[in-house]
Amino acid sequence: MSQLVAQSIVSGILLGGIYGLVALGLALAFGVLNVLNVAHGELLMLGGYLAFFAFTRWGLDPFVSLPLVFIVMFGVGILLYLGLFRFVTKAEIHTRIKNSLLVSFGLALALQALAVRFFTADERTISTAYSSEAFTLGSIRIPIVRLAGLVVAVIAALVLEWILSRTRFGKALRATSEDWTRAALTGIDVRRVYQIAFAISAALAAIAGSMVSLGYSVSPSIGLGWTLKALIVVVLAGLGSMRGIVLAGIALGLVESLASVWIGGQYREVAALVLFLIVLSFRPHGFFGRAHA
Amino acid sequence: MPRPVASVLALLVLVAAVALGLSIGDQHVLTLATQSMILAALATSWNILGGFAGQISLGHSAFFGLGALLTRELWLGGRALPVAIAVAAVVTAVAACVVGIPMLRLRDIYFAIGTLALGVAVFITAGNLWPGISSLPAEMLRSYDFTGPYLFALAVLVVTLLASIWLAQSKLGLGMMAVREDEEAAKATGVNTFAYKLAAFVISAALAALAGSAFALFSVSYYPNFAFSVIWTFEAVLVAFIGGIGTLFGPLLGSIFFIVGRDLMPTNVDEFQVVFFGLLFVVVVLVFPGGLSQAAGRLLGRRAAKARTTGDRATAARGRS
Repeated sequence: MSQLVAQSIVSGILLGGIYGLVALGLALAFGVLNVLNVAHGELLMLGGYLAFFAFTRWGLDPFVSLPLVFIVMFGVGILLYLGLFRFVTKAEIHTRIKNSLLVSFGLALALQALAVRFFTADERTISTAYSSEAFTLGSIRIPIVRLAGLVVAVIAALVLEWILSRTRFGKALRATSEDWTRAALTGIDVRRVYQIAFAISAALAAIAGSMVSLGYSVSPSIGLGWTLKALIVVVLAGLGSMRGIVLAGIALGLVESLASVWIGGQYREVAALVLFLIVLSFRPHGFFGRAHA
Repeated sequence: MPRPVASVLALLVLVAAVALGLSIGDQHVLTLATQSMILAALATSWNILGGFAGQISLGHSAFFGLGALLTRELWLGGRALPVAIAVAAVVTAVAACVVGIPMLRLRDIYFAIGTLALGVAVFITAGNLWPGISSLPAEMLRSYDFTGPYLFALAVLVVTLLASIWLAQSKLGLGMMAVREDEEAAKATGVNTFAYKLAAFVISAALAALAGSAFALFSVSYYPNFAFSVIWTFEAVLVAFIGGIGTLFGPLLGSIFFIVGRDLMPTNVDEFQVVFFGLLFVVVVLVFPGGLSQAAGRLLGRRAAKARTTGDRATAARGRS
């Protein structure tokens, strides 16, 4: 029994890392653009397929294709911003959030439908030579493809934190998220900041997708489920807060996998939902959030 | 339009709809009509919460699905159909009350996120718990007739519309609209905003459950979790927006437009239809926040369409929320 619990704690942490990675992008778009992109999970799904086809068609290892996936989906993010979210960001902040939610809801279903059309509804997993290998810690197994997901998540969070706190662009980004009108007055090109922040958000979703198709599996319908997880994580960490997101992701992963052990695997989403509602009821601004928005 | 004229007109439409259902043998037309009415009922029920009370819920599919599931299980389990439907509506209303109390403490965007989370979590869980397909048994299948579900869907639609019309004039409905227009101001003048929101949530959910019952009755076989699919929320919100959010007949107009438009589309590939309507939705939200009702009014250059709406503006896409 305790071995089962220990194993599920490890699995929860590994999965939670990916939750954190997915949520990073969602939180970035929300914090900077005030855009809540429900299609975030669909961008993850696209990234997952990109990595999958890079592997099956061109034999590219998912870690080799990771920069490629990042760059391609960065481009897709720019196109989505120019074609869609640019119009949403013209409105004032409250309208913006609501409209982005509705607009990206439409986008999510459209992308899902297109994915069924072009990639078929089959579940796909990248199976490399090292896919089944694992470290063992006593009787606990740590599959390396899943560990890689956590490592990538932590690295992405650190790099993002570094960009935000140490670079000139990061400064512009933070200024824009605090108050875009005043940022614009100081000469920051707000549109450009929006564009790049959204592109980074899409690219982060995509590399999470790479890791998902390596450690877990992708299919056209996975998007909403991942969006749900990302939303929960972002709310747990506090809307608008970038810090603590990976930690909140791991917390969610832990709650889910412990709920699977104690209540039953079918109810893991219910456990997550209950956690979500409790946190929203008592701390509407999350654990690390600031009271705005 | 003067009230007696409107009532007579509505009655005529109703009689025509019943007669149509009884006389038309064309299954394709009956199916389309039934689908339109189920969607219209669902969208109208969403409109009570989203349009009247101004609470944009993205979890409406949960109540539709629960209604469908309970009706189907009880009905195929041997209970009388009216009992099954009534139980489904009541249980869904109670469930909505239980979920609504924590959910409605959330404001604006948090409410939308919370309800979306509810919808997705319930969908995934339903898929986990009922993985098998639900089919009508052979003897029911042999006697399956499109007219029954058609008439039931019509009845559900009429009930939903009547509830909307009644709400639009009653104190209850006015309270909901006060919450929509300015929750803080309403609260300050002594309106119990939470009670009105909860009432809107529960009524809307119970009516959605009825629409779900119509779906359970109409469908020969489906995966139980399909009725919980987020696509139902999407379509309901979509047609409410297309038709005109917060108006009485906007959701109905939007549903007819949606179902007939989908049927007339040159491509029979489902996926492209979703893409098309997804994009249409985007355009409506961004360009015509008042939907067809508003667009028609604007094109005809008159204010009549505006006067017919229950509030003087479509709230959802407006600055204040």
